[in-house]
Amino acid sequence: MSLKNIFATRWGIVGVGIVIGILAALLQKWGNPGNMGICVACFERDIAGALGLHRAAVVQYIRPEIIGFVLGSLGAAYLFREFRPRVGSAPIVRFVLGVFAMIGALVFLGCPWRAVLRLAGGDGNAILGLLGLIFGIWIATLFLRKGYNLGRTQPTHKAAGWMMPLIMLSLLALLIVFPQVEGQDRSGVLFYSLKGPGAMHAPLLISLGVGLAVGFLAQRSRFCTMGAIRDFVLFRQTHLLSGFIALVAAAFVTNLVVGQFHPGFEGQPVAHTMHVWNFAGMMLAGLAFALAGGCPGRQLFLSGEGDGDAAVFVLGMIVGAGISHNFGLASSPAGVGPYGIAAVIIGVIVCLFIGFTMSKRIA
Amino acid sequence: MSTQVDARGLSCPQPVLMTIDAIKAEKKGEIEVMVDTETSKENVSRAAENKGWDVTDVAEVDGVFRITIRK
Repeated sequence: MSLKNIFATRWGIVGVGIVIGILAALLQKWGNPGNMGICVACFERDIAGALGLHRAAVVQYIRPEIIGFVLGSLGAAYLFREFRPRVGSAPIVRFVLGVFAMIGALVFLGCPWRAVLRLAGGDGNAILGLLGLIFGIWIATLFLRKGYNLGRTQPTHKAAGWMMPLIMLSLLALLIVFPQVEGQDRSGVLFYSLKGPGAMHAPLLISLGVGLAVGFLAQRSRFCTMGAIRDFVLFRQTHLLSGFIALVAAAFVTNLVVGQFHPGFEGQPVAHTMHVWNFAGMMLAGLAFALAGGCPGRQLFLSGEGDGDAAVFVLGMIVGAGISHNFGLASSPAGVGPYGIAAVIIGVIVCLFIGFTMSKRIA
Repeated sequence: MSTQVDARGLSCPQPVLMTIDAIKAEKKGEIEVMVDTETSKENVSRAAENKGWDVTDVAEVDGVFRITIRK
């Protein structure tokens, strides 16, 4: 056995949560949208927009944080000899779960990461989202107890494990070759936002640097916002939960220090006040994340260490963002989209179908 | 003869669920759990210790970890 992994200890995970919480709040200070220092769902949605997979003009930007998450994890995995290329655990199911996870997250307007950052910024609507997230994960734990699983992975070619890191390097290359031009909504093949959240971002190198650091730390500590709640519900284990709570606390304190804490329900940045759908959107997302075995961040970190199935989930989320905005499923500060409610109901039915039908005992 | 749990290729929480099932079934004795990621190795070891079992050995051969737990 090699060196003991200090990040896997209680203080390790708490330390990682504190660092992520501070960096996330500071990213807002440095230019990211309000209560959106890090939002995996929002940022993947912005990437979908930059590539023209949807044409919502206000959310188009290749977010370097996402690239950093995958490449930071890749670096950590190689450094500590944990890069294990693997595939084959029901990738199509993971794709579908990714699509609906994104649809649910965009009804709430944020993933679990942003839900707690919204809370730390004083957005009361986040409470409804977090309750929905917990409820969705609780439903998934009922399936897990009955033997729900997506089957075993198989070791595969090293190159297969490199697919998602290579996609991320390609996105970085596009961002460098076609940089934002002042006042222009296009640069080469990429779309950019002139206003709205997509126009708000920290400088590229800062975003990328924070992304790499978070990716590295999260790979070492196995940080997972969904697992935090799942492990507590399932095993009464508080390991991952302590990291998640440390993140909220650190972001809250940082927000107070830099003047970013504004308590209330109305007029919160990139948020709406439809309580039922804030709850239901995150319930769907939580259910889908739990059935897929990881929050959207964890799926990126896993794809960085060679997990091809997690990579398929990520692609599902990016495609799901395209569907969300093209079909009017995504919410806006004005409230849910025209077909958002129908999409949540369909999504929950699909997830329940997956949960009920894939509970075979493992041979 | 120890009880075997083969959780290779499975991701969390399955390896932990299978280990806990085995712990409940055996009550005491020796269980050998096979996993193939560092994460699962850590999670299984942590869960076993939480249940009052001792991790007596972790051996890695060809990318497979054999975790021996005992009570």
